[in-house]
Amino acid sequence: MKPHENLDPLVIAGKPYRSRLLIGTGKYKDFAETRAAVEASGAEIVTVAIRRTNIGQDPKQPSLLEFLPPSKFTLLPNTAGCYTADDAVRTLRLARELLDGHDLVKLEVLGDPKSLYPNVVDTLAAAKTLVQDGFKVMVYTSDDPIIAKQLEEAGCVAVMPLASLIGSGMGILNPWNLQIIIENAKVPVLVDAGVGTASDAAIAMELGCDGVLMNTAVAAAKNPVLMASAMKMAVEAGRAAFLAGRMPKKLYSAAPSSPTTGLITPSPKP
Amino acid sequence: MISVTINGERRQLDAPLNCVELLARLELSGKRVALERNGEIVPRSRFAVERLAEGDRLEIVVAVGGG
Repeated sequence: MKPHENLDPLVIAGKPYRSRLLIGTGKYKDFAETRAAVEASGAEIVTVAIRRTNIGQDPKQPSLLEFLPPSKFTLLPNTAGCYTADDAVRTLRLARELLDGHDLVKLEVLGDPKSLYPNVVDTLAAAKTLVQDGFKVMVYTSDDPIIAKQLEEAGCVAVMPLASLIGSGMGILNPWNLQIIIENAKVPVLVDAGVGTASDAAIAMELGCDGVLMNTAVAAAKNPVLMASAMKMAVEAGRAAFLAGRMPKKLYSAAPSSPTTGLITPSPKP
Repeated sequence: MISVTINGERRQLDAPLNCVELLARLELSGKRVALERNGEIVPRSRFAVERLAEGDRLEIVVAVGGG
């Protein structure tokens, strides 16, 4: 297999991606570190937030997009910080205009500033409006299999349940729900939020997730660039393990790995 | 003079003023920004023709780091 060949792409809205790791660009020390972490992660899709420009700021200050040019990365504008369907829709319309008609977006409507738990009622309402408006919606949601299916039926191109709360680093708290979501879904399922370390990402992929989206796990590591490369390997390892198909778990093994015959004569008992 | 709200702040501006002139006044010319006026997107192609009016509510946004 030639190195540039990709026999197992992540396909979102008909477009193939080599990397199954999507990475956020918040909370880094500076744009140089953001770029270095993104490079180390191998991510092709990177999330960005949409915020008011600081009027009166030094106009020569660099912008994020100079470090992450849309020509090189697929930018995924999010609606972080939106608590109503209407605000989320307006934010993504601004994002589409900002990014020259780019229509792949991450929808999240939060319900509570303390937990950042998603408001699934407004999320579903916003998803319907955005799909109607021609957006390709990757949607952050709770790990409720019913709402995940409803979001898919509303036309979302990917469903992204949380592993645990945003920024918590608690890992995958309900693998059973994720499995139900994955089993029922006809669109890609990505774990979004809650990953704390590399093993969490590997477990998500071993469960059969199509990808993982994370930000804090990388940005808040002591060495974000090293963690980004750890996450790349974890996602690849987890995906390979999923495709390989793990052995069944058994309490006892009646089948040792080494031959049971041909052992040397046991010594007499003293 | 007209009074408009830009990113939540009230400002007095000399009128008439279109969106290109507004961005120049805010030192945002040439920057990648998107503009919403009274809840509706103003496409970049219309910046030169859309004139601001008394009481307009404007949001001017950029892409920043986020997860």
